[in-house]
Amino acid sequence: MRMISIILIATLSLAFTARAETPGEILEAYRQEAKAPTKGFGSFSAERGRELYAREQSSPRGPMGCVTCHTSDPRRPGTTRANKAIEPLAPGANAKRFTDRAKVEKWFTRNCDDVLRRPCSALEKGDFLTYLLSIK
Amino acid sequence: MKPSRAVLIFLVACFAMGAAVVRAGDDEEHHERRQKRKAISAPENVTYRAECASCHMLYPPGLLPARSWKAMMGGLKDHFGENASLDPGTAANITQFLVENGADQTTSRRSQKISKSIAADDAPLRITETNYFKRQHHEVSNKVWQRKSVGSPTNCAACHSRAEAGVFSEDEVRVPR
Repeated sequence: MRMISIILIATLSLAFTARAETPGEILEAYRQEAKAPTKGFGSFSAERGRELYAREQSSPRGPMGCVTCHTSDPRRPGTTRANKAIEPLAPGANAKRFTDRAKVEKWFTRNCDDVLRRPCSALEKGDFLTYLLSIK
Repeated sequence: MKPSRAVLIFLVACFAMGAAVVRAGDDEEHHERRQKRKAISAPENVTYRAECASCHMLYPPGLLPARSWKAMMGGLKDHFGENASLDPGTAANITQFLVENGADQTTSRRSQKISKSIAADDAPLRITETNYFKRQHHEVSNKVWQRKSVGSPTNCAACHSRAEAGVFSEDEVRVPR
């Protein structure tokens, strides 16, 4: 009986533990996702990620890109179009970044729609994160 | 001067100072109570703050009627030109909070004024488009809105430091340079 209680408590504890992820773990998850749909997928590219970050496209509200709100340097704080301050995006400048998979996915969903007018692929997300992790 | 007279003057001065301090304290308390009565309904909601204050200040629910909030939450994919979509559960949660605390649902005097300034068949999404807002800000020039420290009329907190708490009292307004 006691053994069952211990097992039950241990299982429940595991179920309810919301452990923060690391950027590396999130990147690995994208790597697994990118393998299948990407022909000849070798590895993510920080250069492709940098290009994605810097890309600006025209939108009804003017040019729109990651840089619009996060500035050309992801280590610097940014500003939203409603004048709200944004903390730096690069994990090297802000340890809280890319430690919550759900939050990362929420913002990719929104911002890829804003900038690219379509969802980002796992390849693009991985490239993007690879670029951000490469900046010290 | 006789010592007793000096003591008397000293005591009167102390009393006067003490009375002044007490009155100042009273004035501040009186001011705070007045602000609370006039303040727009702005109950705290952790989910609302977490999801709706990343890009702009946290607008107190009492700034728009319930029907406006419903329309707003139903159109998050195009939220003033940006995608602000949420998972359905969180969206429903926040919608309920906003609708329950909308301008037409509370007794706050300013919220009532806002609500009455909007036509019954109108559900504006922009606070800055309500007649009440326009009346209150008609003296503010475009140059002020365009100052870097302000940005736009949507940035209430630039001049109303306690905007997120629902306090918009005129004597607390400080327009930054």
